[in-house]
Amino acid sequence: MSREIVIKTDALTKKFGDFAAVDEISFEVTKGEIFGFLGANGAGKTTAIKMLIGLSRPTSGEATVAGYDLYKETERIKKRIGYMSQKFSLYNDLTPQENIKFFGGIYSLSRKSIKEKTQEILEKLDLVDVANTPVSTIPLGWKQRLAFAVATLHDPEIVFLDEPTGGVDPMVRRQFWETIYEASDNGKTIFVTTHYMDEAEYCHRISIMVAGKIAALDTPDSLKKQFEVESMDEVFVKLVRRNENTTSKISK
Amino acid sequence: MSAIYTERITKMYNKVHALNGLSIHVDHGEIFGLIGPDGAGKSTFFRILTTLLLADSGMATVAGHDVVKEYKEIRKKVGYMPGKFSLYQDLSVEENLTFFATIFGTTIKQNYDLVKEIYEQIEPFKERPAGKLSGGMKQKLALCCALIHKPEVLFLDEPTTGVDTVSRREFWDMLASLKEKGIGILVSTPYMDEAGRCDRIGLLQEGKLLKADTPKGIIDGFKKSLYAIKTESTYKTLLFLRKQEFTESALPFGEYIHLSTKWKLNENQILSKLKEGNLIIKEVKRIIATVEDVFLDLSSKKSTI
Repeated sequence: MSREIVIKTDALTKKFGDFAAVDEISFEVTKGEIFGFLGANGAGKTTAIKMLIGLSRPTSGEATVAGYDLYKETERIKKRIGYMSQKFSLYNDLTPQENIKFFGGIYSLSRKSIKEKTQEILEKLDLVDVANTPVSTIPLGWKQRLAFAVATLHDPEIVFLDEPTGGVDPMVRRQFWETIYEASDNGKTIFVTTHYMDEAEYCHRISIMVAGKIAALDTPDSLKKQFEVESMDEVFVKLVRRNENTTSKISK
Repeated sequence: MSAIYTERITKMYNKVHALNGLSIHVDHGEIFGLIGPDGAGKSTFFRILTTLLLADSGMATVAGHDVVKEYKEIRKKVGYMPGKFSLYQDLSVEENLTFFATIFGTTIKQNYDLVKEIYEQIEPFKERPAGKLSGGMKQKLALCCALIHKPEVLFLDEPTTGVDTVSRREFWDMLASLKEKGIGILVSTPYMDEAGRCDRIGLLQEGKLLKADTPKGIIDGFKKSLYAIKTESTYKTLLFLRKQEFTESALPFGEYIHLSTKWKLNENQILSKLKEGNLIIKEVKRIIATVEDVFLDLSSKKSTI
């Protein structure tokens, strides 16, 4: 059984002057997959994501997201994806209800559908009691799940999670991942970036970017076997060190 | 004499306990790790011990001095690296270090021995403004600045948050060598996997110390049966496990689900139960708890009370 491909890139490249921030990356992500997109600071992750969500035009290479071309159909892509980041996802001064209404409007949902969605989300997340208090006062765990619900209001095929759970409570983190697993079970594709390696282990497959290129791509399990180590943390360390060695050899 | 000694330190903000009766001690030449999520009270505790904030009640000494009466003595003897990057962004690496040395009435030369190993790693960039350094290099510079007056006690508030794995490791290696020089180190982190780098750890949640011990002591204290389960469908398996009578808790843990049970079972019993639920299971194995398992266990117990 071949699975439907929802993201496909072929030698996708972004250059700033002579510098290739993203250097010919090629990969595929299938429907319902939780795909981890990792890399150290400055490895090119953000640049790559900006291209995939249609905010930055590639210099060369091919890519489709949700079946649409990354050069010609970015507006269509934007309608088919959701985006959530740790830094910004909800308006803190607005209540959960107002946030849902606001983002529902942005995604041009009908008034009726916003009303239904609001009810559904508040009940599902157990937020009915705090529906009219500002988001800033509700606990982080709820806030994260609400942010995810808001990012998926328009029922996107792919959800991009940009550093979703930095430094949070271990229990909150698990509740959040359960939400992700549930969405994946329902056929949503999840594209996660993080630099927390222990978090990477929750993904079905992982790609690791080093200096603009994809240096490794596989399931967490296979990567650990391949590098003969116990954790993704060590996989990452080995990869980065290997890269440092080759770079210093070249410069010599 | 302890490097740090505290007795029932309590601090309230708007009727909420930021710290609730915190008692710990840290020896010279020891790394004590304060582990807990955002909002656990770690930074409040640091600010009280570095004499920047007064506790509502309780007492504390640092390097043998009382934090209230002898705060001036303490300020000469401690190094403090706050959670937020606190250096002057527009000053160069070298200017920052010189500045901090001068404030404490010393020179880089005088205490160079202590920072040498760390400073050498950032020296190639000594002309660069601190604001333009990478995350890992910023941490190294901040550590140098906190050490340049040769403190007896070092306070590091989340030094590795937001820093990549490789830099995190290097940072812990540096702490290990500082400890050898007899400095008492109190370090906080939200990362449970860093617990192993500390001599002793305290698990902190909502201002309360859940437990303090050596990492091994913490793990040995976990008496429940724990299993790791690998499955094709994490979500369905979690839901299924939670319906079982033997389940104490079932939580996602990276590629695995960690299941703790109310009574001891063998792997095959769990496997055959899961098969009844038509779940595709790749592996079931009995495992030893990690610090994170203990934390989750202790914190869930607390919330049900």
